[in-house]
Amino acid sequence: MGDTPRPAKKTAKSRPKPASANEPEFVQLLTPEGQRVKHPDYDISLTDDEYRGLYRDLVITRELDAQGTALQRQGQLGLWPSLLGQEAAQVGSGRALKPQDTVFPAYRELGVQWCRGIDLISSFALFRGTDLGGRDVAADRFNMYAIVIASQTLHAAGYAMGVAMDGAVGTEDGEAVVVYHGDGATSEGDFNEALIWAGVFNSPLVLFCQNNQYAISETNARQFRLPPYRRAEGFGVPGVLVDGNDVLATYAVTQSALDRARRGEGPSLVEAYTYRMQPHTTSDDATRYRDEAELDFWRAKDPIVRYRKWLAAEGLGDESYFAEVDTEAGEQVRALRARVMALTDPEITEMFDNVYAEMPPGIAAQRAEAVEFQASLEEGSDVR
Amino acid sequence: MTTMSMIKGLNEGLRRVLEDEPKSLVMGEDVGRLGGVFRVTDGLQKDFGSDRIIDTPLAESGIIGTAIGLALRGYRPICEIQFDGFVYPAFDQLVSQLAKIPNRSGGRVRLPVVVRIPYGGGIGAIEHHSESPEAYFAHTAGLKVVTCSNPNDAYWMIQQAAAGDDPVIFFEPKRRYHSKGEVDTERAGLDLYRARTLREGRTATLIAYGPTVDVAANAAAAAAEEGLDLEVIDLRSLSPIDWEPLFASVRKTGRAVVIHEAPGNIGVGAEVAARISEECFYSLESPVLRVTGYDVPYPASRLEDEYLPNLDRVLDAVDRSLEY
Repeated sequence: MGDTPRPAKKTAKSRPKPASANEPEFVQLLTPEGQRVKHPDYDISLTDDEYRGLYRDLVITRELDAQGTALQRQGQLGLWPSLLGQEAAQVGSGRALKPQDTVFPAYRELGVQWCRGIDLISSFALFRGTDLGGRDVAADRFNMYAIVIASQTLHAAGYAMGVAMDGAVGTEDGEAVVVYHGDGATSEGDFNEALIWAGVFNSPLVLFCQNNQYAISETNARQFRLPPYRRAEGFGVPGVLVDGNDVLATYAVTQSALDRARRGEGPSLVEAYTYRMQPHTTSDDATRYRDEAELDFWRAKDPIVRYRKWLAAEGLGDESYFAEVDTEAGEQVRALRARVMALTDPEITEMFDNVYAEMPPGIAAQRAEAVEFQASLEEGSDVR
Repeated sequence: MTTMSMIKGLNEGLRRVLEDEPKSLVMGEDVGRLGGVFRVTDGLQKDFGSDRIIDTPLAESGIIGTAIGLALRGYRPICEIQFDGFVYPAFDQLVSQLAKIPNRSGGRVRLPVVVRIPYGGGIGAIEHHSESPEAYFAHTAGLKVVTCSNPNDAYWMIQQAAAGDDPVIFFEPKRRYHSKGEVDTERAGLDLYRARTLREGRTATLIAYGPTVDVAANAAAAAAEEGLDLEVIDLRSLSPIDWEPLFASVRKTGRAVVIHEAPGNIGVGAEVAARISEECFYSLESPVLRVTGYDVPYPASRLEDEYLPNLDRVLDAVDRSLEY
C-alpha cells in the first residue's frame, strides 16, 4: 500500500538512508534529523518556555511509562501497555488542548493524562488491580480508560453532541472533545458509527488516531486498504495525516482540528503516524511478528532525539537544561513509584458498593454475607 | 381515571418526563417525525423539538454509545430500540459500557439512561420482531430490567424509570400495546421495583410478567370456573426481583407456575424456581413448574400460537402441579 512505507531491507552493499527518506505524505514540521521544515497549511509559534515545556513533557512521559513497564516486571502491576515511541503524538495533542476541552482516552494515553495535569495514579491502580481506574471524570475532563476497542469513540460522539446542544461551541473559546483510538479501532463498528454520528450532527469532535502500526500483532494491512485519514472523508469528516513522532506538527494539526471544532465547524480526524516501540503490553511477545531492522528504522525517527537536537540548535536548551529535566523526571518517577507501591488491596465491600446508585436488596444481602463469611474465615484462622 | 391504550400510557408518561425534566431526551430510529413505528413517541418532536426528540442514524450500538456520552454530559436519554431482535448490535454498549461504567468509576459516574424495547411475540411478525431477550440483561449487574403489563403501569413505570439514576432496560410487551385500561394520572402507581399481586388465591401461584400477565389472568379466571383458586403475581421488575411477595404467596399456596415467552432454558423462570426452592422448600407441595417458549429460535409466525405460553398450557401446568 502506497501510504504505508516499509523499512528498506538491509543489504551488505546498501548505505543507511537518512530516516527522513521513505516517509509518507504527512504534515511534518521537524524532520527525524531535527531540521525545522515549513508546511503550506500548518505552522506553530510558541514561547521559548512552551517549547522547552514540550521537551520536559516528552521526557517525563517516557520515564513514567518506563516505570510502568518496570513495575510490571517487578510484579507490582498486573499489566502495562507501554507508549514508548508515541510520546510526541500524545504530548503534541495533549498540549494543544484547552482547559475546557474533554478527553476520551483509550488505554495507553499516559502522556495525554500527564499533559492535562491529572493525577496519574488512577492508571496505575487500574493496572495494579486495586480498582477499575475510576476517577472524577467530570472534574478532570478526562474520561476513564476504555479497554473495549473503539467503545469510547461513541461516548465521545454523544458527549460532543451534548456540548453542541449546550451551545458551548461557536466561538474561539468553545469546547472541543477529543477521542483517542488506535489503528485497530478503525475496524470496529463503533468507530465507524462514531464518524457517522459526529458527521450528521456536526459535533465538535476530534478523532485522534494514533496509528502505531500494530493492533497487537496485526499490521495496518489487515485493518484497512485506505488509511483512516482518507476514510474519514467518506463520512464527510476532514482527515489529516501528521507525523506522530513530530511533537510540533502534532501540536499544530491537533490545535487546528480542535479550533475548528470549538468554532462549531464540525468534526475532523487526525491520524498521527507513529510507532509502538514496545510490545502491545507487557504480556505480548513482539519478536514473533517483527524484527530488529524494523525497530532500527523507527529508532531513527525517535520523537525525543529530534526535538532535543532542534532545541539545542535553536539555543532553547543546553546540556544543563536537559540534565535538569532528567533530574525532574527521576523525581517524578520516584514519587509515583512510592505511591503505586502504597496502593493497598481494596476492601471486599468495594465490589458491591458502586454497581448501582440505588443498591438492590439482593446485592445488599450478598454484601453482608460476603463480609460475614470473610470474617468467619479470619476468626477460624485465629483459632488455628 | 382515564381509559387509554398502553401506547398512549407510554406516550403520556414520556410527555410528563419531558415536561418535568429539562435534561431528558428521547432518541432512536424514527422516533421523531414518524413518532416511532408503534407511535409511542407520536407528537413529541412537534412539542419538544428535534434537539430533545432525536431521530438517530440507523445504528443500535451508536444509539446506546452516544446516549452514554450524553449522560456523561449531564443529559438523561430515553432510547428506543425499534424491535427486540435489533438490540444485539448494541450488546457491548449495554453490557460492558452502560452497565459497568458507574461501577468502573467507583460510583463517581451515574448513567441515567432508559432503554425502551418493544418485545415479545403474538403479532404475526417476521423474524427478529418477536423475541424476548430479557434474560441477557437481567443477568447483567449494573442494569435494572422492568416490564409493564398494562396501561397504568406503562404510564407510571416509564416515569419512575426515567427518574432514577441507574440504567433501566424497559421492556414493552408489543402485543399488549393496543390493550386499553384505566390510568390514574393523579396517584402514582406502585414503586418501580415491586411485584404486584393482581389476584389472590389459595390453590397455586401463577408468576408472570409483561405479555404473559394477561395469559395468567385469563387462566386464573378459567380455572375459577372449575373451582380452582389461583393467585396471580405480576413481577414487573426482573432485575431486581421483588422476592418477598413471591415467597409469601408460595408459602401460602405450596405450588408455583412461572410463565414467560422467552425460552425456559437458563431463563428468568429458572431463577424464580431456584430461589423459591431455596426459600420455600418446606412449603412446597410440588416442584416449581415453568410454562415458557420452547428452547428453539422464535418460529415462523404461523407457529407462534403453538410456541407461546397460552391458556391451555398454563392450565395443564396447574393440573400437573396439583396432581404431583
